[in-house]
Amino acid sequence: MVPIATLHYLVVAAALFVLGVIGVLTRRNVVIILMSIELILNAVNLNLVAFSRMWGNLHGQVFAIFIVVDAAAEAAVGLGILIAFFRNKETINVDEIDLLKW
Amino acid sequence: MNPLLMNPAVNAGSAPVATPFFFYFLAGAAVVSGLFVITRRNAVHSALALIVTLLSVAGLYLMLYAPFVAGVQIIAYAGGIMVLFLFVIMLVDIERVSKERQYNRVWPVGLLAACALLALFVSAIVKGRSLLPDRMVQLPESSNTQQIAAALYGEAGRVGQYTFAFEIASLLLLVAILGAVIMTKKKI
Repeated sequence: MVPIATLHYLVVAAALFVLGVIGVLTRRNVVIILMSIELILNAVNLNLVAFSRMWGNLHGQVFAIFIVVDAAAEAAVGLGILIAFFRNKETINVDEIDLLKW
Repeated sequence: MNPLLMNPAVNAGSAPVATPFFFYFLAGAAVVSGLFVITRRNAVHSALALIVTLLSVAGLYLMLYAPFVAGVQIIAYAGGIMVLFLFVIMLVDIERVSKERQYNRVWPVGLLAACALLALFVSAIVKGRSLLPDRMVQLPESSNTQQIAAALYGEAGRVGQYTFAFEIASLLLLVAILGAVIMTKKKI
């Protein structure tokens, strides 16, 4: 059996990233789109930590922690926008969110 | 320090027993539950599948000798952000949305674009795999948290490499909290 190396983690991260992109591009529900963004961020984090292991330093892991902080901020603001929008328009489908379209 | 890690006889073999099994198990769980996240009709089911993905990725971090990042992943992601998601799912009208059409009208285009991205990734991995070194440097697991703290906060009276970025991150969180509160208030 092939020993598990960086390449294996890159393949897993690529799969998770593509799944997240599919979710963002095809779903209508904004909550699920935000969750797909979390999938994408996780894929990036997995890559960073795998490369950190490969090079034997901790910069990748520190960066991964910063990305978790970013994800928390993004989720808080995104869900805040979502609640404000739901209060006004009673919908959470992206194709009905077209206030700026003319 | 863990005596097992210090033992050169144990350390020499780069693949401990059953590591491929755990890797494929965690990777499969992550990808399959990731698929559930983007296909479920009910957003609560998606959120639960996403929690499974996050926990599997945390397991992969443990296999990469990053126990602190794994802990942050479980506590901050699975414990904090996902609870926020579940709260919002309960606040909005999920019953009506789950009975409607789930995919937008241009979903074939989106799927095509995602497939193009997948092809890009596959070609990058296939072409670049010879550039990746075979070695996996053995990081010291027991002092991992200490070393991350030294990078974030500094040690022995010196400012760490990422201390400034760390403070900026706290400012970012403050702005995010204020933004979320202001946007969800009915009247300011």
